[in-house]
Amino acid sequence: MFTLIPQIVIGGADLIAAFLFLFGLKRMSSPATAPSGIRVAGVGMVAAVLASFLYLFTVDAAARPHLLVNVGLAVTALLVGGAGAWMVGRKVAMTAMPQMVAIYNGMGGGAAGAIAAVELFGGRTQGATQLVVTLLGGCIGAISLSGSVIAWAKLDGLLKAPFRVTGQQVLNGLVFAATVAVGGVIVASALGVEGLGLTTPTWIWVFFALALVFGVLMTLPIGGADMPVVISIYNAFTGLAVGLEGFVLQNPALMIAGMVVGAAGLLLTVLMAKAMNRSVANVLFTNFGTPAKGKPGAIKGSERPVEASDAAIKMRYATSVIIIPGYGLAAARAQQKLYEFVKLLLAAKVSVKFAIHPVAGRMPGQMDVLLAEAGVPYDMIFQLDDINDDFATTDVALVIGANDVVNPAARTDKSSPIFGMPILNADKAGQVYVIKRGQGKGYSGIVNALFYSPNCNMVYGDAQAVLVQMIEAVRGLGAAAA
Amino acid sequence: MTFDIAMTGFVALYIFMLAGFAGWVIIGNVPAILHTPLMSGSNFVHGIVVVGGLFALFNASTPLEQGVGFFAVLLGAGNAAGGYAVTDRMLAMFKTSDAKPAHPHGHGHGRVHHLKKV
Repeated sequence: MFTLIPQIVIGGADLIAAFLFLFGLKRMSSPATAPSGIRVAGVGMVAAVLASFLYLFTVDAAARPHLLVNVGLAVTALLVGGAGAWMVGRKVAMTAMPQMVAIYNGMGGGAAGAIAAVELFGGRTQGATQLVVTLLGGCIGAISLSGSVIAWAKLDGLLKAPFRVTGQQVLNGLVFAATVAVGGVIVASALGVEGLGLTTPTWIWVFFALALVFGVLMTLPIGGADMPVVISIYNAFTGLAVGLEGFVLQNPALMIAGMVVGAAGLLLTVLMAKAMNRSVANVLFTNFGTPAKGKPGAIKGSERPVEASDAAIKMRYATSVIIIPGYGLAAARAQQKLYEFVKLLLAAKVSVKFAIHPVAGRMPGQMDVLLAEAGVPYDMIFQLDDINDDFATTDVALVIGANDVVNPAARTDKSSPIFGMPILNADKAGQVYVIKRGQGKGYSGIVNALFYSPNCNMVYGDAQAVLVQMIEAVRGLGAAAA
Repeated sequence: MTFDIAMTGFVALYIFMLAGFAGWVIIGNVPAILHTPLMSGSNFVHGIVVVGGLFALFNASTPLEQGVGFFAVLLGAGNAAGGYAVTDRMLAMFKTSDAKPAHPHGHGHGRVHHLKKV
């Protein structure tokens, strides 16, 4: 038989791939080595994919007559799927990164679900354990697929408002229970139980349909500000699904890669939940992102608007400025203009730092990527714990399109829905400017006490337009001085 | 099967446990500034599912299995290629104040070295 050598080559290639994945991810722990990390992992992927064509020497007898067709299908799928995603990934705007990560993640979940479906339809699983693991992985993969597609649609602006029905949690619970029940029916039929109403393949279709519906229902009610948690969870789900299908296919590379990603996604989920002062269970099982119905009454005073040029000149003559970017910066695609403005401040010997809240933007670390794209050196970018003490000694804090992450009510107001959430202490700076599109409330609908505090002024307008005015104002000073 | 690396029961659980632990530790060391590329990088890593898709498709013997297997490879390939493309693009953008993208100091993030003070 010609199966021994291919199996050893495949096994070896997969082993190398698993090592390179771990090594590559390890190299991603510093900005300096990270670019080589992804390339190392890429080499592992190419090796594993090429080696997997040796599976052709080991196929089941039943599949042998279809070999040519299957190879044609495989090559077509690889080229179409790979080239399509590659081209989109190469040219998509950096501000669209969260939805791209969501959709690629959903694809992985869908692939894991489809593998489970092939194994189930082909009746290849051996024993109850393997069958249950196949169903579990398929279910998680399908949830990840449909959930990620909904997340993508929300992030891309196709789905605007969170969609909720009354009794959402009950409905979700029922759909999930039905999915589990149908999974039980499939196991029962494999164990030889008769009289289950439908044929096994039909039950398999029903099973996947229910799992897909559950993914949709689970994601629809979630608001945009909670997307960092959602993306992390689905990343973990897909990893888990891939790991479980790896067990079914007896492929350790899939098991290791999947479980590493599963753990990574879980860790990020925990970090994001912590940054919002929520437990992961709360995030998973309640309608997170529910607009607060709290009373905004307690805050006195009014928001005080100021001209962009006045704010810019104040910053130009300040000693130190900390900039707090939020989703509004991404939405206005204003990161380049922001750095242009910052460079003018730096040239005027103003100390400038960026302060990033863990859940700023729509996915973990989104602001860091946008600033990097604009050319901001990463040693100017600080995370919450590293910079929070600096606000008290800083002249100006400039908040751009961020809201809840600088709301001091999180520290002081026990009735506030965000009470206890770690925030950036922008209110402690000498002067605060907030660039905001209008007087409306933020995404969460919570009134921001900062906006009413005596040391805060509002600059209303689109972040990009405001920054252009600020740049002009500072340039105008330079010309006058020269 | 002539070359069998059976991973059943506890052996599989050991692999899962060790891999999960490795992932947790490795990712735990990644600074927050790299969370997006990291997530998209780990997203790329689970693109290895395409290998499982290829295995399933090669062994497909009915039109249904072939169709679903094709779908698995299509999505898996998209996951891997797209994940790589966006991660590589993002990571190429990170640089220090020295404007050298491959500045060799390992933990430059989170510390200001040489910002001018007035």
